[in-house]
Amino acid sequence: MNPLLESIFSPEFGYAILRVMTPLLFPAIGVAFSELAGTINIALEGVMLMSAFTGVIVSTYTGSLWLALVCGIAAGLLMASILAYFHLRLKANIILGAVALNMFASGMTIFLLFIITGDKGSTSSLASLVFPELEIPLLTSIPILGPIISGHNVLTYAAILSVAFFYVVIFRTPLGLRIRAVGQNPHAAESVGINVNRIRWYALLLSGFFGALGGLYLSMGYVSWFSRDMTAGRGFIAVAAATLGGNLPLGTFLASLFFGFVNSIAIYIAAINIPSELIQLIPYAVTIIALAVYSVRAARRKRKRVDAESAPEGSA
Amino acid sequence: MERFVLKNFTLIRTVIAILLGVAISIILIVVISNSPGYSLKQFFLGQLLSRSRLGNIIEFATPVIFTGIGIAIAFQARQFNIGAEGAFYLSAAVATAFAVSTSMPAILHIPAILIVAALTGALYGLIPGILKAKLHASELVASLMMNYVAYFLGLYLINYHFRDKDAGFLVSFRLPETAWLGQLVRGTRLHYGIFFALIAALLAYYFLYHTRLGYEIRTTGNNQSFARFGGINVVKIIILSQMIGGAVAGVGGMNEVMGIHHRFNWQLSPGYGWAGVVVAIIGRNHPLLIVPAALFLSYMNVGGQVLNLMSDVPSELVAVIQAVIIILITANAFLKQWKDRITIRQAEREEGVHEPAS
Amino acid sequence: MQNILEVKDLLKVYPDGTIANREISVAVEENTIHAVVGENGAGKSTLMKMIFGIEQPQEGRIFYRGTETEIRNPHHAISLGIGMVHQHLMLAPDLSVAENMVLGVEPLRRTLFLDSDRMVRVTEQISTENGLAVPARKKIRDLPIGVKQRVEILKALFRNAELLILDEPTAVLTPQETEQLFKTLFYLKENGKTILFISHKLREVKQIADRVTVMRDSRIVTTCDAEGLTEDDIAYLMVGREISHDRIPTGDAPGEVKLSVRDLSYVDDDGLPLLKQINFDVRAGEILGLAGVEGNGQTPLINALTGLLSGTKGEIKVTGESIAAMSPRTIRERGLSHVPEDRMENGVADVATLEENFIVDRYFKPRFSRWGRLLWRIISEHSRDLIKRFNVLARSSKTVVGSLSGGNIQKVVVARELSSDPTVIIAAQPTRGIDIGSEELVHNLLKEARDEGKAIFLVSADLDEVLKLSTRVIVIYDGEIVKHFETTDGVTGPDLGPYMLGVKREEGAGGTIRP
Repeated sequence: MNPLLESIFSPEFGYAILRVMTPLLFPAIGVAFSELAGTINIALEGVMLMSAFTGVIVSTYTGSLWLALVCGIAAGLLMASILAYFHLRLKANIILGAVALNMFASGMTIFLLFIITGDKGSTSSLASLVFPELEIPLLTSIPILGPIISGHNVLTYAAILSVAFFYVVIFRTPLGLRIRAVGQNPHAAESVGINVNRIRWYALLLSGFFGALGGLYLSMGYVSWFSRDMTAGRGFIAVAAATLGGNLPLGTFLASLFFGFVNSIAIYIAAINIPSELIQLIPYAVTIIALAVYSVRAARRKRKRVDAESAPEGSA
Repeated sequence: MERFVLKNFTLIRTVIAILLGVAISIILIVVISNSPGYSLKQFFLGQLLSRSRLGNIIEFATPVIFTGIGIAIAFQARQFNIGAEGAFYLSAAVATAFAVSTSMPAILHIPAILIVAALTGALYGLIPGILKAKLHASELVASLMMNYVAYFLGLYLINYHFRDKDAGFLVSFRLPETAWLGQLVRGTRLHYGIFFALIAALLAYYFLYHTRLGYEIRTTGNNQSFARFGGINVVKIIILSQMIGGAVAGVGGMNEVMGIHHRFNWQLSPGYGWAGVVVAIIGRNHPLLIVPAALFLSYMNVGGQVLNLMSDVPSELVAVIQAVIIILITANAFLKQWKDRITIRQAEREEGVHEPAS
Repeated sequence: MQNILEVKDLLKVYPDGTIANREISVAVEENTIHAVVGENGAGKSTLMKMIFGIEQPQEGRIFYRGTETEIRNPHHAISLGIGMVHQHLMLAPDLSVAENMVLGVEPLRRTLFLDSDRMVRVTEQISTENGLAVPARKKIRDLPIGVKQRVEILKALFRNAELLILDEPTAVLTPQETEQLFKTLFYLKENGKTILFISHKLREVKQIADRVTVMRDSRIVTTCDAEGLTEDDIAYLMVGREISHDRIPTGDAPGEVKLSVRDLSYVDDDGLPLLKQINFDVRAGEILGLAGVEGNGQTPLINALTGLLSGTKGEIKVTGESIAAMSPRTIRERGLSHVPEDRMENGVADVATLEENFIVDRYFKPRFSRWGRLLWRIISEHSRDLIKRFNVLARSSKTVVGSLSGGNIQKVVVARELSSDPTVIIAAQPTRGIDIGSEELVHNLLKEARDEGKAIFLVSADLDEVLKLSTRVIVIYDGEIVKHFETTDGVTGPDLGPYMLGVKREEGAGGTIRP
């Protein structure tokens, strides 16, 4: 058999997909939360960096995974709060605000990295911790699927559970109903006494929370160190994944899985004699194509809405 | 005084944002540095201490003026295309390939190379442009992805086809001398490219505010459905604004290769595209304001480098301050209460001047 | 009787310096229908916003049930027992009726989760109690406008509103739906509710109000019993002068056909037929009115006529030439001009200057540009001329349009569209939401244009306007022309109503073309 095909049909490849998907799925869920509330958060790149960095540093100096988790999440929430404050209170354009925050995070993490380690590259000199891998007995014993889905990092399982969490919050809780209402017609929500800014603030915090988990996984699971700009655009790919998934739980999950697949295949193809640059650009190119395909569908749906709803409500 | 504040409110807010950014940098340096006085002096005045550093200010501002204008032209059409980074990189790579493969007298070579760079940037802008105009795909996401595509494509082109294997580094062949932009001042890396940047700023200003196409771009940005209603072909304008933006950023990329390094030597994307976003915001998308904005940013960056060399404070401080400044400038409500108080006071004084609104 | 609400000496200045309300004092008696009337810009909406807590007054006091209260926000207003039905309905389109109903006060299951069953039950209950039928499980976007408004009223009642504020509720309703709404309001009054009703339709005010407050120029002119007040009295108080209700007399016999539409059909991407076999002609020197409830195909029709919609079938001719496959600009070049339905959406770029707005359809002409360069000096001159001719109240041609009042913005649009020397004018909702003074000006301009021999196609949701201006009227329902009135003499709103609602139709109206 062709060695490439052999690799793709191996359980290791399936395992790799889930592994590569994890740091995309977390932020994708985060983006989806923010987009449903009508305030798209493209600062998850920065959120992930800050959390990845905070997690490594805290685990190094306290030796506590729990503290690293808590502080990493706190860093993400803080970043999201800054964005929320500037967008919701000070009326900054959320995209430009996010560009600023991403720049801030990139600069700040390297700045602090240098202050702490004297190195601007990575924390490989530090003895930081990683989150454990879980062997779930029941999963391991499943034929074929077993090796693919068992033995993952605890955060990988958390990411998959987050999809369910996302579904429950959005469709089964008052907060989710309010997030959807605020995204669809903020004036409607406001008119029944819902504090629109507060709901958007919650949605942005949720996005920061999931972005933080994605960042923690990157530096304390995917690899075991922090390196400068290590997110490598995942916060942006998450935007594409959420958009592709229609900001819905299953859709976002499948889109992230798809991006995980494309990324993994790029890694595998690199083993054969093809220039790695060309392989590395594949996921980005595929994202652009997927974006185009999805936009055709979305545009069609939107056009229907515009024509059917020529009455003036919601235009205020 | 109050009238002056109301009239120049955005300008005043920009200045205050910059001052706040500077204040934060002072605080950070004081907190971090072991010799804060020395470090502060290096950061704020170190730029002026040598001819080469002064040259560095203009040297760094040059590419940023290009990318800032490229971003601003797209932003004026309200296209959130932040792909200047990729346009800059890919155009430089492609035009380098062209330059090392051709030979002609300088008078022809330089324009020909710049045209290749512009065309590359324009083609690059065409993709998110078409996706947006025809399919309503977010140009923001598309241009973000395009940055990566351009980076890997440019890298592939140089490393696999135009690599100078004798150089010892991963760099392209050296450009023929007919493609060099001459040195301007001895002891600096200043080159004639700065004039190209200034000309680009003037042309962009004239283009946006005094030509039909410029009017079409601004009107499309101000209200797209109004532009469509008035007969402007907004599909064309959306695509063109991103192509022109890409072309300007692309010329900036090659201008840099021809003026400074004389070969393509970026294994990492140099980040001028993001700096362009910063100066477009500080300069409020106005080409003539982008020039001082780029010089300001450059002054800060050179200060950061001096700081890095001469003291114990890392240069990334500058990225942090830039972020602070642009987030404050984009915060429309920042200082608005102050403005509102003045407005209301004025209105109460000259009651009845305005028509009541429902 | 007791006052449920009383306000004293309110002053409201907006951050842009506009004084919207001053010396506002009024009392609303419990268990009455209290109308607030006034021209657009008189300050009615601002007053309501302060009562509902959306805006806060700079000065003055508000008493609710005799107690002085500072109404901090809408949430606070709701908890006091104040409910509001906004002009633009406040519903989330992709949520169901029941979800919209309980939004903000959701019934819970196991303390954390939404109780969907109870959501539907309470919706059905409140709907039955008040005799206002709504489909609880349907998505808002699938409902007709009258039903959506019912949901809005029920939402307020569900939150125990005692005082119900309605902001121009009839603006989007058919005469029949309006009647239905009035029955509901009487029913609510009988059940002890108080209704504060904003309108500028005097007939409606006469029909249902017990008390009337008249506002003008951000002040209250008077508050009195509706009994014994005539429409003319109110009109006089509102504008401080008599206004004519008379129909503008039709001009000379219309000339040749300038705009002709044949078998125009349009099916959207999802297969919904939005326009069906539409036929009509507009001749030089006449105004053809198009009546219909909004959302029955007017928007795609206008867009098809002006080149903003592609994919239609059939034929449209402007001055005898088919405009199929022409761009909006080319169609304008053939002599068509267009006053759009929504001036802020299509009519102007509000962040741009007056002169930039005036030239959008002509900047490329030799008079205004040479070799791709704009001749700003000539453009400014031209703009100043238009400002003067059309009586636009603005400091200079470099003023930003967004700083003008609605009426003046509409004048900017009309000035541009009438000054391009058009042959055919599409005038959609030409006076929507503007003050009576500007309305009269626009009406007179249209009449002048008609007398000059322009062919005018008037699309308006305001039946009075259609009947007042039109030479002939056609009625659109569900994308079809269902009635054609050869003249507007003796035709009244209720004559049109059954056609607009699809209750009646004239067979072959769409095919009946004036000989």
